Amino acid sequence: MPGFDFSNYNRNAALCARGMSLPKATSTGTTIVGCIFDGGVVIAADTRATSGPIVADKNCEKLHYISPNIWCAGAGTAADTEFTTALISSQLELHSLSTGRKPRVVTCMTMLKQHLFRYQGHIGAYLVVAGVDPTGTHLFTVHAHGSTDKLPYVTMGSGSLAAMSVFESSWKSNLTQEEAIDLCSKAILAGIFNDLGSGSNVDVAIITPEKTTLKRNHITPNQRVPKLGNYVFRRGTTAVLNEKVIRKEELGNFVSIHEMTEEADKMEVDT
Amino acid sequence: MEFGKSGFLNEDGIHVDMDRLKNGEVNLGTSIMAITFKDGVILGADSRTTTGAYIANRVTDKLTRVHDTIWCCRSGSAADTQAVADIVQYQLGLFSMQSGKPPTTQTAASIFQEICYANKDRLSAGLIIAGWDERHGGQVYSIPLGGSLHKQPYAIGGSGSTYIYGFCDANWREGMEEADAVGFVKEALKEAIKWDGSSGGVIRMVVLTAKGADRHLYLPDTDYTVRHN
Repeated sequence: MPGFDFSNYNRNAALCARGMSLPKATSTGTTIVGCIFDGGVVIAADTRATSGPIVADKNCEKLHYISPNIWCAGAGTAADTEFTTALISSQLELHSLSTGRKPRVVTCMTMLKQHLFRYQGHIGAYLVVAGVDPTGTHLFTVHAHGSTDKLPYVTMGSGSLAAMSVFESSWKSNLTQEEAIDLCSKAILAGIFNDLGSGSNVDVAIITPEKTTLKRNHITPNQRVPKLGNYVFRRGTTAVLNEKVIRKEELGNFVSIHEMTEEADKMEVDT
Repeated sequence: MEFGKSGFLNEDGIHVDMDRLKNGEVNLGTSIMAITFKDGVILGADSRTTTGAYIANRVTDKLTRVHDTIWCCRSGSAADTQAVADIVQYQLGLFSMQSGKPPTTQTAASIFQEICYANKDRLSAGLIIAGWDERHGGQVYSIPLGGSLHKQPYAIGGSGSTYIYGFCDANWREGMEEADAVGFVKEALKEAIKWDGSSGGVIRMVVLTAKGADRHLYLPDTDYTVRHN
């Protein structure tokens, strides 16, 4: 019969009922932030990807390209943020080619929310959408279930509480570009140091009407330094109590040796 | 009677599971209301959006425009209510362009109801629709969870509304002046915010009259006394 085969669904449900848990997806237990300043918008992210308690990637990229003037920071399921942003990026480029206009941030946000709403939260993409278009500077958050918010400064991911505390204590209106970069970096650092799901480096993207600047590893507060000590033992650490030498000719006394024939020596190789 | 967490209708086909927000979904634990007054309608809402115990947005705008002088108050799931409001905004925009005249509040409420009823087992959306139109003046409609439609002189909704049924019943009057009506909405929402933990932040209002839409904003720092914007 054509179409999807749902027989494994029943099997999985039965296994689930007997206490077998579903396989875990790689999740970007993350800190991502965004902040509007006078003349543009900054978004930033940490670079740790986790799979349960394991750090799956120490320096992953969570800032995703949508269009030259729109970028996205992603939290949640790594694969979902990656593919959702790529899909919308593709559709938006075709849309802008057919209309002959620059893509707008609201268009991007609406496409993302409609896509995510259709999947009722099963696509685990939590996004910060930022950009500059002919209508101005914009900053949004999009949740996996399809709800959106529009704010001057935003945080998302497991480190969002730590990051928001930085914004709520230090944010002011009319920030300069440097102040905004600094504030976003500080918010990410708060996530890196106070949230177990976040870590490693700070990535920053600055979007202005003129250009977009991606500062990969803008701050690297977790550099590996040469080890202060090592575990290589000094020669002679282990005492030699006795010594016995076995010569090659005497080897037959200890193990059985068979000489290989020419025919057997040939390995079987698929042609 | 058992109320499951499935989100589907109960065996009796009447009772709906109220506690059915999907895990981690953004919730509008809300205080919303809309009232009619002499010249039109006023919509009011708090500004708190929560994910569990965390306030995801403290300055949310729960008063959403679906046409120039037809707005709605959203409560329940943020995703669901935004999706429904976006569809209705599109439908009303198309309607007014094709017919060359603005839609009535009743038309808007009817479209809302159609969507809310047809998808009642998939949506958690409690909506209040209020609008002003040339033919009927100011009108308020309420669409609670099951998808029924009620025309009312005033409507309250969201988790905070339980605390102000008495206040509203005692203080609401037919055909109030604008200043009195704004005062009534503000005092009611202040009380709802005071008692309901899921409501808070600023008070937003929209006044809909023949002159169009007028936005109000009141901040908690001044105990909601000073109007900003």
